[in-house]
Amino acid sequence: MAAERAASFTKRSIKTSAKLSGLRLAMSMLDLTTLEGKDSVEKVRGLCQKAVRPDASDPTVPSVAAICVYPSMVKPVRDELARLGAAGVVKIASVATGFPSGQFPLELRLQDVQQAVAAGADEIDMVINRGAFLAGRYDEVAEEIRQVKVACGTAHLKVILETGELETLDNVRRASDLAIRAMADVGHVHEHGADFIKTSTGKVQPAATMPVTLVMLEAIRDWYLETGKKIGMKPAGGIRSAKQSLHYLVMVKETLGDEWLTPELFRFGASTLCNDIVRQLHWLSTGKYTAGYDVSEA
Amino acid sequence: MTTMNKHNGTAAPKATSPRVQAPGWDYAPAPETVKVNITERYGHFIGGKFVEPSKGGKYFQTINPATEEELAEIAQGSAADVDAAVKAARKALPLWAALPATERAKYIFRIARRMQERARELAIIETLDSGKPIKESRDVDVPLAAAHFFYHAGWADKLAFAFPGRTPRPVGVCGQIIPWNFPLLMAAWKIAPALACGNTVVLKPAETTPLTALVLAEIMQEIDLPPGVVNIVTGDGATGAAMVGHAGIDKIAFTGSTEVGKKIASSIAKSGGAGAKPKRLTLELGGKSANIIFEDASIDQAVEGIIAGIYFNQGEVCCAGSRLFVQESILDVVTKKLAHRLRSVRTGDPMDKNTDVGAVNSKAQLDRIEHYLKIGADEGAIMHCPTPTPTGGSTGSSKSSPTSGFAKGFFCRPCFFTGVQPSQTIAREEIFGPVLSVLSFRTPEEAITRANNSPYGLAAGVWTDKGSKIFEIARQLKAGVVWLNTYNKFDPASPFGGFKESGFGREGGVQGLRAYVEV
Repeated sequence: MAAERAASFTKRSIKTSAKLSGLRLAMSMLDLTTLEGKDSVEKVRGLCQKAVRPDASDPTVPSVAAICVYPSMVKPVRDELARLGAAGVVKIASVATGFPSGQFPLELRLQDVQQAVAAGADEIDMVINRGAFLAGRYDEVAEEIRQVKVACGTAHLKVILETGELETLDNVRRASDLAIRAMADVGHVHEHGADFIKTSTGKVQPAATMPVTLVMLEAIRDWYLETGKKIGMKPAGGIRSAKQSLHYLVMVKETLGDEWLTPELFRFGASTLCNDIVRQLHWLSTGKYTAGYDVSEA
Repeated sequence: MTTMNKHNGTAAPKATSPRVQAPGWDYAPAPETVKVNITERYGHFIGGKFVEPSKGGKYFQTINPATEEELAEIAQGSAADVDAAVKAARKALPLWAALPATERAKYIFRIARRMQERARELAIIETLDSGKPIKESRDVDVPLAAAHFFYHAGWADKLAFAFPGRTPRPVGVCGQIIPWNFPLLMAAWKIAPALACGNTVVLKPAETTPLTALVLAEIMQEIDLPPGVVNIVTGDGATGAAMVGHAGIDKIAFTGSTEVGKKIASSIAKSGGAGAKPKRLTLELGGKSANIIFEDASIDQAVEGIIAGIYFNQGEVCCAGSRLFVQESILDVVTKKLAHRLRSVRTGDPMDKNTDVGAVNSKAQLDRIEHYLKIGADEGAIMHCPTPTPTGGSTGSSKSSPTSGFAKGFFCRPCFFTGVQPSQTIAREEIFGPVLSVLSFRTPEEAITRANNSPYGLAAGVWTDKGSKIFEIARQLKAGVVWLNTYNKFDPASPFGGFKESGFGREGGVQGLRAYVEV
């Protein structure tokens, strides 16, 4: 039934003005991501330019929410964003805690976080200990999240559940509840912006799917109804088309409400999505589909 | 627009300002805009032709319940019209019944395919005439109607396998009277098995929703169905009564209210004259179906089941899960989640592709719903109507009436009553609208007792993640259809029908064939 409900969101007809505002909203929620072993400073600088102005031909297209990189690339991102005059406008998100597997001693994972924060990361995307979770050692998973949250200091935390490895929706829900409560144990240190739960690293298939995201949104909704506190959501991996991003926005709107339709509370972890949104925006303004080579690569 | 970079002189893109807009996003109107051809005036479909009603014949209007505008003029079937249709069906019977079964199947397959080809048109006309949202007529009514013809086409040459050791023969001329809640789908439920078994048909669609049946008549012409095999006579209850009383009809199949069903049963029981073979009868009538949610259910999924159960088709569904029984320990959380979920249910223009709840079918039906809304409040139940108002984003307060705030048309927003006791009217009588009565229970035994404490027995739903419990509860429910961890799912292969005052006989599946054969 979760799959059926998730599919119902794709039936909404999003046209004309709703499509335009939805695409712009989706762009503003993007965590433009590169997480590869071959990432270079040059590539990351290019990504920063793309992040600040996704469509070179249209300055009114909003900047993305954040750049998401490995810890080693945090400083180059910070420097380039500063050079572009976009420091603080586009946030810097760094994966950490031994991303993507997390198969390292806790002290190394915490050190990873501290170094990324010290280098200038505004946001930390951590991975949970899936081995401990699947073995039923929930207290251990929660305690690690608490320690990472403390290590983040003022940086926002996104907890990656790696739902592709949890496999069942029951596990996804349990892990969501666990992560939300663990973060809440440490407390909200930010006046603006929330901590997030996130589906995937992007390194494991399946990554973000609509049913999985729906179950996580429901966990967020239930926590909100119970405590009045807002947790953010970030589906990541596999959301490549503008149309998909609109489906997710519909799902957020109809599960959590309009209050969540802001980059403070919802993000897309994606890279290809950026240019597909640009091309769809071109189509809305010109009535023509631009070719892939008509837009700059990220 | 751009600032020059100090270091290397290249133009750096300027960051757009931080996002200052308030959170939120609204759907733009998404009306179905394809134009369909509706004739100004329709006669009856008798002997393969559209014919004027017999002399002195009258016409009545069919309107769009969302706008109250006239769609077409429809012939009021008189006794003479019914007689002409029955004669045409009788005349067509010997050849149709004698046709090789594989040939009959070909005709039925053709009907199904032609319905698929004209699916969009059928969906639009269905929505215009009935008020149901285009999303549902497009995704549910029309595909299921075509599926019914496909399914029964497959049975036509396999009847011997359905009734092993016997020789199934057609019943004869079947008089079929159908309701307004699923006009095309009910026509398919009736016509498809009748034709597959070699019968001929006189069908009367409901007076408020005759249009898709008349398009179906066009389809019968287009696929060259032999004249008289399917005849359609339009009209109101008087036309139906003429069919029930007609000596040339071998079988009556009726779907509609229990009140009318009882009259039909009584009339047929009395009419068995000397030597005359009594008419056969199947009835699919009202319901007040129980949807039971245990504390060990997946609650979010159960809430979806509640929505699907009672708000599908504006609640104008005979098997609607209109009595919700929630285990006491989760009553509060289920109620809260249901209220929260209803905030995203969109009531309004049925032609808008994003509408979830469309128009109530008629003024009379809206009056009936309002009557029960008043009784519910008078008897002390608490009304909740947390859906957005049709004009925009604001949330309707629990005090505003579910039927207020609509400029034209017949509308009722989805709503529910809490604090309902089993003895109250809204817990016992069929409302046939988007109005849910929420009751509670403590033990499984209490759930079963309360669920079965109804003159009806059409459907039920059970929600629990515990396998042993779900089958034990299902076994004890006196209802023709029991949905487990789902609700309002239909398939041509699955028989549908009721217990007690919900009627008798089954439609769909191998069981549904039984009503259309002599063995």
